[in-house]
Amino acid sequence: MSLLEVENVTLKFGGVTAVNNVSFSVEEGEVFALVGPNGAGKSTLFNLVSRFYDPVAGDIRFAGESILNKAPHEIARLGIARTFQNIELFEQATVLQNLLVGRHRHRRGNLFSETLFTPFVRREERRHREAVEKVIDFLDLQPYREKYIAGLPYGVRKVVEMGRALAIEPRLLLLDEPASGLSVEETQDVAYWVEDIKTQMGVTVLMVEHDMHLVSAVSDRVMALADGKMLAIGTAQEVQNHPKVIEAYIGVADENERVVA
Amino acid sequence: MRTVFKTTYDADINLFRHGAQAFWYLSLLALMIVLPFILSDFAIGEMTNVLIWAIAGMGLMILVGQTGQASLGHAAFLAVGCYANVLLQEKLGLPFILSFPLAGVIAGLSGVALAIPTSKLHGIYLAIGTLAVSILVDDLIVIAEPLTGGINGLYAPTIDIFGIQFDRYGTPVRFYGLILFVTVLVVLAYRNILRSPLGRSFAAVRDSEISAQAMGVNVARTKAVAFGISTAITGLAGALMGHFSGIFNNETFTIIISIQMLLMIVIGGLGSIHGAFFGAVVIALLPQAIARVRDGVGALTGTSIAIPGMESAVFGAILILFILFEPMGIYGRWLKIRTYFELFPFYRRDMFRRQRSYLKTERMR
Ligand SMILES: Nc1ncnc2c1ncn2[C@@H]1O[C@H](COP(=O)(O)OP(=O)(O)OP(=O)(O)O)[C@@H](O)[C@H]1O
Ligand SMILES: [Mg+2]
Repeated sequence: MSLLEVENVTLKFGGVTAVNNVSFSVEEGEVFALVGPNGAGKSTLFNLVSRFYDPVAGDIRFAGESILNKAPHEIARLGIARTFQNIELFEQATVLQNLLVGRHRHRRGNLFSETLFTPFVRREERRHREAVEKVIDFLDLQPYREKYIAGLPYGVRKVVEMGRALAIEPRLLLLDEPASGLSVEETQDVAYWVEDIKTQMGVTVLMVEHDMHLVSAVSDRVMALADGKMLAIGTAQEVQNHPKVIEAYIGVADENERVVA
Repeated sequence: MRTVFKTTYDADINLFRHGAQAFWYLSLLALMIVLPFILSDFAIGEMTNVLIWAIAGMGLMILVGQTGQASLGHAAFLAVGCYANVLLQEKLGLPFILSFPLAGVIAGLSGVALAIPTSKLHGIYLAIGTLAVSILVDDLIVIAEPLTGGINGLYAPTIDIFGIQFDRYGTPVRFYGLILFVTVLVVLAYRNILRSPLGRSFAAVRDSEISAQAMGVNVARTKAVAFGISTAITGLAGALMGHFSGIFNNETFTIIISIQMLLMIVIGGLGSIHGAFFGAVVIALLPQAIARVRDGVGALTGTSIAIPGMESAVFGAILILFILFEPMGIYGRWLKIRTYFELFPFYRRDMFRRQRSYLKTERMR
């Protein structure tokens, strides 16, 4: 049984079919990359798995069970964490507080015990902090612990968002363009982290990424998507050389040229 | 400058960040306990008033400053708490020690009832929705005359706790002490919420509903809880206001009060407990200050001036000045002054300026 199974999923925005009868499955323990030109429907697929959108057809299963009857906030509790393409952090809070929100699914106190801040809540807080410190060490975020997000540079925010998703302690991690806008060195870090997330933490990764170097360095399997349709699936090498994929990218290049001319 | 050297996680979990901070807050509390024995009855009354407004301000602050939900209807919950407290005492014969917390519970539940239908509303729409509640409650008080006394209002009885009387005029020091006790409890509850998962889920909803959901935060429920806690505290403040003013009617809790409460926490500084207190000082003492200035000017020029609406105008002017020059409120200004002295002489002008963060597209260029 695959960890995540997407089966014949279709989603329309008005006249646009953003995702068109797409099927794929992600195996436990692998790094699976989604590639494709802008507007291919990659982020929309993430939003479908996050339950922000309802598919018009098809099914999405996690660990064998359909998640279509779940609310968006129940997805984290299943063990699916994600980052956003356009960074969605809690701006008026510190890095530490952001990461601690990631622990929300492990919350065991309630309104009353927390208002009284019982010894139980204190022990829980220590436990959450310990888990978050592991993430901070892993991602080298120590210098930013007490900093407010609103003042942080773009590259650090990207890392904090990844950290917040890791604080959930997920089984499946969805990364939407983790390296976009990062420098070469920062992208290199992301490659190591993704590798370690897979091998050391045993977390399955589903990743959208445009940087083909990063994709071929870390992913076990790659799926190419264009105009909401699946083009090819296989190793990075296979997908890059697939005639349909080349056509889709060249088609885009042609359009760009026409715009310029 | 102080460098806090942390050796355990508890340093961040504790009520106070370090010993010196604990010392200052406990000194402040000690001063608040001692003051009434030195001050005049009039001054004690003013301080009591400030504390009651601070409680109301903390109630609204949890919703607006912490959870990011606007409310222009909080006077309604002052009213709910106030009427519930007095009616439970008068009609059901409950003692204050029961009617007071129950008034908070009733106000809190009515807040939750309001949050459920409005959980999808944001910003200005939520403000208008809550504003409607304020007007509605005003009308309901008039309509339900047999119960509420309509425009004639109700009298609040003297508070009696196990035979000990707490009266604003009869025993002002004791009355002040009771209010101070409630204030401390509310501050503690507020702090506890802030340092626990609940407070962080409030901040999450405030800053990004979409990623709050992705973190497993049930947004609608969190908003309802925030409304409930906020209106419960506001209800408690309302109950105390009733006992403080002695007599009240629908006019005591008009829409103007709702607006003033919102202005109070903005002027004080959104998102902090300090802000609620600073704002309360301004709102409670401003009428006195204006009266003093007016009398002074009158004596100087030999005329007597009475401009209707003066208070609201001054209040509005202060608000505009704050939004223009100190959007972080009095508390924000205080932080800057404190940092200035802590770092003296190394303070830089731009120290509190937001660092600009770059978007992806800007970096790519
Ligand atoms: N909320 C929305 N409403 C309407 N149309 C949308 C919405 N979200 C996405 N779309 C459309 O769906 C299509 C797929 O968008 P999506 O964001 O999934 O692309 P993507 O593959 O992530 O592209 P990129 O690489 O630019 O991030 C696009 O045509 C987009 O315009
Ligand atoms: Mg995208």
